[in-house]
Amino acid sequence: MTPGEADPLHVHDLTVAYRDKRVLEDVDLTIPAGRLVAIIGPNGAGKSTLLRAVLDLVPRVSGTVEIFRRRYREQRRLVAYVPQRNSVDWEFPTDALDVVMMGRYGTLGWLRRPGRSERDAAMRALEQVGMAAYAGRQISQLSGGQQQRVFLARALAQNAQIYLMDEPFAGVDAVTERAIVDLLSALRSEGKTVVCVHHDLDSAPYYFDWAVLLNVRIIAAGPFSEVFTPENVTRTYGGSLSSFGRLVRGMSAAVG
Amino acid sequence: MIFSDLLFDYTLRNVALGSALLGIVSGVLGSFAVLRKQGLLGDALSHAALPGICLAFLLTGTRAILVLLLGAAITGWIGALLLIRIVRDTRIDEDAALGIVLSTFFGFGIVLLTFISKRNDANQAGLDRYLFGQAAALREENVVTMAILGAVALCVVFLFYKEFKLATFDPEFAASLGFATGRLNVLLTSLIVIAVVIGLQTVGVVLMAAMLVGPAVAARQWTDRLGVMLLLSSFFGATAGVAGAMVSVTQARLPTGPMVILSLTLIVVVSILFAPRHGLIVDRVRRWRLAGARS
Repeated sequence: MTPGEADPLHVHDLTVAYRDKRVLEDVDLTIPAGRLVAIIGPNGAGKSTLLRAVLDLVPRVSGTVEIFRRRYREQRRLVAYVPQRNSVDWEFPTDALDVVMMGRYGTLGWLRRPGRSERDAAMRALEQVGMAAYAGRQISQLSGGQQQRVFLARALAQNAQIYLMDEPFAGVDAVTERAIVDLLSALRSEGKTVVCVHHDLDSAPYYFDWAVLLNVRIIAAGPFSEVFTPENVTRTYGGSLSSFGRLVRGMSAAVG
Repeated sequence: MIFSDLLFDYTLRNVALGSALLGIVSGVLGSFAVLRKQGLLGDALSHAALPGICLAFLLTGTRAILVLLLGAAITGWIGALLLIRIVRDTRIDEDAALGIVLSTFFGFGIVLLTFISKRNDANQAGLDRYLFGQAAALREENVVTMAILGAVALCVVFLFYKEFKLATFDPEFAASLGFATGRLNVLLTSLIVIAVVIGLQTVGVVLMAAMLVGPAVAARQWTDRLGVMLLLSSFFGATAGVAGAMVSVTQARLPTGPMVILSLTLIVVVSILFAPRHGLIVDRVRRWRLAGARS
C-alpha cells in the first residue's frame, strides 16, 4: 500500500512496546478519506494504543505516522481526539460548556484566553450532539451518555478532518447511541474521516463502513463486506470469545 | 483593640501578613495539587526542604534567611523531580514513591540537624525552628520576600490558567493538542516549591502539607467552578493564617504554625459538614427525606 493523494491517515511499520511486551507490531495501515472506520480486536490487542501512538501519546519503537502525507506534528490541528470517558475525573469543578471549549485550546495556543468566538463554537458543538440545554451543568451531574456526548462535542469544536475516538459507544444509553450514529454519518457526509475503537462485533457492520481487524498485528483492513469474514474474525480473536460461533454466524448474516 | 494591634503592633502585623500571604499562595497552588490527586506532593516537597536548609547553613556558615530558603528550594525541587521520575520510569505507584522521597529526605535532614546542633557552634541555634515554623521571628524584610515570591507564583498561575486547567482535567487530551504536559507538570511543581518555601518560616516543614490541602478541600465543598475554587481557597488560607496569627500572638504564647493549622482545620470541618450542596448534613437530610418519601 502506498499513500494516495489524499489519504488522511497513513501508518507505516509501527511498533510499540510497554517495557518488554510488544503491544503493536509492524502495523501498516492506510485509511482513505470519508470513511467510518472501526478498529476491532480482543482485549489487549492494542486498539487504544494504536490511536494513542498516532497521536504521539506513547513512545514508538519504530514507525511513522502521516496525516495527509505530512508528519503528525505538523498536522496536529487536523486531528481530533475523543479519549475513553473514564480516563478523566468527572468530579472536576467545571461545566459542560467549559469542557467543550477546551477543544478550541489547541487553535488558541499558549497563553491566549478563550473568548466569545470559542464560546460560540462550543455552543454549536453542544447543539450538534443535542446537549445545548446542559451547557451550564456541572459535569459530575451528567449521565454517562451525556458525558460521552460532551467529549464528542469537544472533538467537534476542534473542527478537524480526522476524528479518533476511543470506544465512544461504551456504556452509553440508547439516546446517546442514536446521537453518535447520527453524528458519524453527518461527519462522513462532510467528507471527514472517523476512526473508532469499537468493542461490539454485532453492531459494528451497521455503524461503520470500514474495518481494521487488529490483534497486535493487523489481521485485515478494508471495507466491511470484504474483510469482516468468519476466517478473519477467528484469526483476530483466536477463539477467545465464548459465544464465538453464534457471533460468527450472526456476523455473516449481517454482512450478507 | 485586636484590630488596632494588627495595624500597629510590629510583630503581630508581620506574623499576620506572613501567614495571610502563605494562605493565599498555598490556597491557589494547593487547589491544583488536590485536583491532580497530588495532595501529598506538598508533604514530600516540604520534608525534602529540610536537608536543603541544613546544607545551606553548613556550606555557607550563615543563617541569612534567603540563603537557607534557597537551599530549601533546591532540595525541595530535587525531591519533587525525583518523585515525578520515579512515578514515570518505574512500576512504583505515586503513594509509595511519596513515602520513599518524604522519609529519605526528612531522615537526612534530621541527621544534618542533629549533626549541626552537636557542633557547639555559637551560630548554630535555631535551625530546628523550621520544623514547625516560628512566625514570631518574622521580620519585615522576610514578609517582603514572601510577598515577592508569592506574587511571582500567582502571576504564573494567572498566565497559564487555561493550560493548568486543561492539563489537570485531561492531560492526554492536552498532549494531543500539542501542549507540553511534562513541562507544565514541572512548572506547577516548581510553583508548589515556592509555596513551601514561603511557608517554612511560618508553619514549618512538618505542617506545610496541611496548608496546601486544607484550603483547597474546604473550597471545593462550596463551589463547582475552578476559578471560584481558587479564590475561595486563597481566602480560606488567608483567613486561617490571620486567625492563627492573632490567637497565637495575643493569647498566652501559643505557637503560630500549629494555631494556623488548627484554624484551618476548623474551616475544613465546617465546610465538610455545612456546605450547601456537597456538605454531609445536607446530604443526610436529603437521604432522610428520600427514605421518608418512600415509606
